[in-house]
Amino acid sequence: MISSGKAISGKVIGGGFWARLARRMLVVLVMAMVALAGPLWEAGPCHALSPDEQLKDAALEARARELSAELRCLVCQNQSIDDSDAPLAKDLRHLVRERLVAGDSNTEVMNFLVQRYGDFVLLKPPFGWHTWLLWLAPALLLIATIAFVVRAMWSQPGAAAASRSQLSKEEEERLAQVLKAAPDEVT
Amino acid sequence: MIIEFGHFALVLAVLVAAFQTVVPAYGVYRNDARLMEFGRSAAISQFFLILISFVALMYAYIVSDFSVANVVENSHSTKPLIYRIAGVWGNHEGSMLLWVLIVALFGAAVALFGNNLPKTLQSHVLSVQGAIGLAFVLFIIFTSNPFERIDPAPFDGRGLNPILQDPALAFHPPFLYVGYVGFSMAFSFAIAALIEGRIDAAWARWVRPWTLAAWMFLTVGIAMGSWWAYYELGWGGWWFWDPVENASFMPWLAGTALLHSALVMEKREALKVWTILLAILTFSLSLMGAFLVRSGVLTSVHAFAVDPKRGVVILAIMFAFIGGALALFAMRAGELRQGGIFAPISREGGLVLNNILLTVACATVLVGTLYPLALEGMTGDKISVGAPFFNMTFVPLMLPLLLALPFGPFLAWKRGDLLGAAQRLSIAAVVAIVVIVATAAWVQRGPWLAPFAIGLGVFVMMGAVWEIAFRAKAGSVPWGEVVRRARNLPRSVWGTMLAHFGVGLAVIGIAATSAYRVETIVAMKPGDHVETAGYVLTFKESSKGHGPNYQEDIVTLEVTRDGKLVTMLTPSKRLYDAPPMPTTEAGILASWRGDLYAVVGDVQQAGGFAFRIYFNPLVRFIWIGAVIMFIGGGVSLSDRRLRVGAPVRSKRRRTVAA
Repeated sequence: MISSGKAISGKVIGGGFWARLARRMLVVLVMAMVALAGPLWEAGPCHALSPDEQLKDAALEARARELSAELRCLVCQNQSIDDSDAPLAKDLRHLVRERLVAGDSNTEVMNFLVQRYGDFVLLKPPFGWHTWLLWLAPALLLIATIAFVVRAMWSQPGAAAASRSQLSKEEEERLAQVLKAAPDEVT
Repeated sequence: MIIEFGHFALVLAVLVAAFQTVVPAYGVYRNDARLMEFGRSAAISQFFLILISFVALMYAYIVSDFSVANVVENSHSTKPLIYRIAGVWGNHEGSMLLWVLIVALFGAAVALFGNNLPKTLQSHVLSVQGAIGLAFVLFIIFTSNPFERIDPAPFDGRGLNPILQDPALAFHPPFLYVGYVGFSMAFSFAIAALIEGRIDAAWARWVRPWTLAAWMFLTVGIAMGSWWAYYELGWGGWWFWDPVENASFMPWLAGTALLHSALVMEKREALKVWTILLAILTFSLSLMGAFLVRSGVLTSVHAFAVDPKRGVVILAIMFAFIGGALALFAMRAGELRQGGIFAPISREGGLVLNNILLTVACATVLVGTLYPLALEGMTGDKISVGAPFFNMTFVPLMLPLLLALPFGPFLAWKRGDLLGAAQRLSIAAVVAIVVIVATAAWVQRGPWLAPFAIGLGVFVMMGAVWEIAFRAKAGSVPWGEVVRRARNLPRSVWGTMLAHFGVGLAVIGIAATSAYRVETIVAMKPGDHVETAGYVLTFKESSKGHGPNYQEDIVTLEVTRDGKLVTMLTPSKRLYDAPPMPTTEAGILASWRGDLYAVVGDVQQAGGFAFRIYFNPLVRFIWIGAVIMFIGGGVSLSDRRLRVGAPVRSKRRRTVAA
């Protein structure tokens, strides 16, 4: 936590700041809505990997499973090829195992599939010019929120009133004694 | 006739809602008590009108009136009664009707129980609630009328999707909607506060219990949905980060933050502006959930039939309410008078941290859900954002939240003592560390993070129990005195304890089942056996069976452990008649250790069936945790303090009208 002597109050920040924040949110909202305009993909009936598809080599099979969990069944809604019964998912499971048996590394298999189907096939999108905002969003949001709270604390005019430094050493001790005498009231 | 009556009631409800929107607000403007009073009558009448309309539709379903198009499309005469009833909200039109019914229910609750509120505040709230009702009733009448007749009436209906014919799912939507729509109450109060330009602790004292009630139902609604997905969809998972799941999860995260910030507002009159914003955002996320599910932007197991026109209308409603609310917020937020000052290390500070992490987590889920749509809309590039992304971003935000959680209740308001809190939690921390070490030593596999997550869950649970023990002075006064003190603690303290305990339990379940799940995929013929997680499963026989509206292949598996018979599992594959659709029913052996979960797959060429068998350790903890959170919420709602200020109403103890 933040250890400055300043305090936060309900008046987190002046009205101008909130107004700006709200205006920014409005802009984001409009942009999001414009982007949301079109219907997308078809859902597929889904059910999973069956025993006859599995590889004899346990190590290779484990790698295949690991990769499958990050590959999207292209005709389903956000489902990995492992969970899907769609014929395409089955083909992809085959393909992954074929490449592994042929001696491809995990990265090579993934690259091969991305070349064929595009980034859409990856449930974990790669970091790139079109996804940096997605990947950095959580960190940026966290930093922005913390910065916002810290700023609110520093810009608080009455903040010093509540801070510890207002009391002298003697007063602190007396306060501690009083609190000790009636601990029930503290919580 | 009854159908037309229901339709007519709905049209009347439009008029009443329109009056409810305009008249009380005008009454405040003119300072006319009679006009303000009208809002109350309007809210109550609106509720009854929509109730009539809802009951009329339910009647059509119960008697299987196939002259109603909606019944034809979603019901069937052979369907058991409970699913005919659940069929009412198992489709777009009917579920919208349930949605407005709940909006009206909350409006009526403000009218009936809100007499201790300042008259102007009550009137404004009713006005806003009326406007929400108006928008959605109009939407139903013009784009999704459930009362449309069909001529000639067909002999039978098309039936409800069989995977939806399930007891948990029958009650999943009502719970979810009470949650979603319940947040409209907080929204209406926020708008009313902005219009009036003032807000005080009485505001929070009213908003908090209603938000808590909505949150409780949303918690159970989400848990039911996940439980259903777990045992019905047959791949043993319980959460898929599916966009539609996210749509219900985001209001839950924001609502959880709102509950905590409203607490600060009620107790200390601080964080006012933030609480207002959060109230607006929480309901906005509910509206967005409705849009995502119904517009056809997303399709998934949960989504309703696609109709772009509806999508556009919901988008417009959403834009009007969110845009309007934020615009009002931008204009008026600065005028709200501010209260209580606090130091960073304090109960308030802890709750601020809670809000930071929950809102950022919520925003992360929002970005992950909408990013692919936005990217495709702007550049045409298609990407997928699936479970791996959410696990990598959401989980790191939750870990510090869970670590900080037990400290919160041990910090004093205004200025707390972190060291003191840490000392009081030392035993909980030691136990958690022992659990971490023991788990890591015992399982010796899976991700390194898993033992820590389990330890965190234990820490949260222990911390919750410790708070009660500390407040009851366990260890320093005689045992009988401890019990007496514990009993006399406010119910809200017990509620907090239970809710946090439930969170810890759910965390343990989530971590254990995600990290230590055992999976076996085999082909077996009768007589074959397979060993997994200490159990031996023997394929005994397969047989044919049938239910009221399906045929099935039932497989009998004998489960033994250490040579002793434990149980027989009977997973099956069903084929429903109407609509014709195959489903799988998992065979589940539940125990405290975890669930043994068997699913039958396709018939194999060499004879026999394919089987997928999972052992999901501690998976039940997830749902038990959710139920404990629900109970915690209920206990907190029964706290006397929430009713202080309403002594006249003390005979009516119903805090939750739902």
